Amino acid sequence: MIKDRISYPGKRLFADQSSEKFLHLFVILSGLILILMMGALFYRSIPVLRLQPLYSLLFSQGWHPSRGEFGFLPFIAGSLWVTGVAMFIAMPVCLLTSIYLVEYSSKSLREWISPFIDILAGIPSVVYGIWGILIVVPFIKDYLGPLCGVSSSGYSVLAGGMVLAIMTFPVIIHISVEVLKTVPYELKSASLALGATKWQTVKNVVMRRAMPGIVAAMVLGLSRAFGESIAVLMVVGNFARIPKSLFSPAYPLPALIANNYGEMFSIPQYDSALLFASLLLLLVVLYFNIVSRMILSGIKWSDYYYA
Amino acid sequence: MHKHAIEEIIFKILMISSCLLVISVLFLILGTIVCKGLPYLNWSMITQAPKSGYYLGHEGGILNSILGSLYLTGGATILAFMMSLPVTLYLNVYAKKKSILVSMVRFSFDVLWGVPSIVYGAFGFMLMLFFGMKASLLAGIITVAFLILPIMTRSMDEVIRMVPPPLLEASYALGATRLETALKVVVRQALPGISTAVLIAFGRGIGDAASLIFTAGFTDSLPNSLFQPVATLPLTIFFQFSSPLAQVQGRAYAAALILTVIILVISIVSRFLTKQFTRNIVR
Repeated sequence: MIKDRISYPGKRLFADQSSEKFLHLFVILSGLILILMMGALFYRSIPVLRLQPLYSLLFSQGWHPSRGEFGFLPFIAGSLWVTGVAMFIAMPVCLLTSIYLVEYSSKSLREWISPFIDILAGIPSVVYGIWGILIVVPFIKDYLGPLCGVSSSGYSVLAGGMVLAIMTFPVIIHISVEVLKTVPYELKSASLALGATKWQTVKNVVMRRAMPGIVAAMVLGLSRAFGESIAVLMVVGNFARIPKSLFSPAYPLPALIANNYGEMFSIPQYDSALLFASLLLLLVVLYFNIVSRMILSGIKWSDYYYA
Repeated sequence: MHKHAIEEIIFKILMISSCLLVISVLFLILGTIVCKGLPYLNWSMITQAPKSGYYLGHEGGILNSILGSLYLTGGATILAFMMSLPVTLYLNVYAKKKSILVSMVRFSFDVLWGVPSIVYGAFGFMLMLFFGMKASLLAGIITVAFLILPIMTRSMDEVIRMVPPPLLEASYALGATRLETALKVVVRQALPGISTAVLIAFGRGIGDAASLIFTAGFTDSLPNSLFQPVATLPLTIFFQFSSPLAQVQGRAYAAALILTVIILVISIVSRFLTKQFTRNIVR
């Protein structure tokens, strides 16, 4: 066996070199996925772009697919409302939690909590949706609505925002914790040695140092919320108008796509409009992701290099 | 009391309560699903396919979608693994350090990770039309494979990157080629991490509904061909839940419970694997 291999070194070298070519091909192919995805979505949305100029697609309100009118403004506004509410809830909670986990809690507590956050990340979106309908929607209908003097069915921007906020918790906390851990110990001890309290150190030293990374974590959470479809469409009411308040229903972009796959081919240009919506979603999410990954890799650019 | 001390206490209380909020939300979700699903859960549900009139509250079960989900996600995981292992091995063993290609591919996978699953669904749908397929198990497998590819690749990459360089150098010094080093040293050393990555990807795939709406279709029969539509758990939950009948809705809760249990088991097994496999590892 061994003799065999020694007598044919060319065979092993050939295997090595051809495998390099082969693997290289795989790497190139995987790099092309994103470009392929954008190209294909763009190609399929050309018909609707021909039908209406981009400006009127994005900023007109009329949504009458059967008359060939595709105004995405209500859906874009719905997405912005829901994502905004989600971030408003998630940002302080996640920031405080990650600071507590990194700076205050004991190591054992941190290790005890982290599997729970992983589980939260693993729960399927359809389960979040059901939970939203069972708990969040009645809560808004029966308690929050009357408390604010509004009558609401519960299926609202607020319900969507609350469910989305919970879905972004694990993403934001996970990355924020990683970022906060990179703050050098010397910086903190210097601040403490000058007589600052622990919170003053966190506020003035740790936060200042970690700010770009925290922002990146928030942006990643935001893009996760922006693209979520099933859980949101179950609780948000799906009503194609620009929402007026927290308690009115909305119809975010991903929900629009997921809800109308059935009628896609019954109306001309409808499929193209829905794929245009997917393209829009992809571009927004890509933008957010690229920005935040660039911030994060600025902190640890070596991450992308070091092998 | 001093101003700073008060501030310290206030923020400490805020931090602890937000921590508690995160944990309690998790237990609230799990608790709700268990409480609602358990009364409707029975043996015939996981051993039978739906019979006629099942969606009107008659006899039957959801075996079709349990099997469908397992086949679909299993196939997708194998497909994604066949793509991501070569890619990670290339990035970590073959490629030059500090090469532009390496950092670009890592970056593109990070970005792909953030792409919403509904967009993968639309993409898979277009591929499906392009190749003239209809909604089927195969189309679902391909779509989910795209969805979990970045997750699997990046988590595997993180593990394989941790393989200590002296180990590679020792292998090269003995005259091994890069291919031999990659397969016999790197893969073996990173095996626990690789299996965790595969399980994480499987868990993400099995819970996803949005990417399958367009591509996998829905059926009442057990999955029997790659080219037939297939029922999946998340979509079963979604469709049954929209029913006005309490009995059918209850089955949606039970199906949600089954799905949640599958995902919890995967999460626990992957933690267990990480501990068990580390015995054969050089550190």
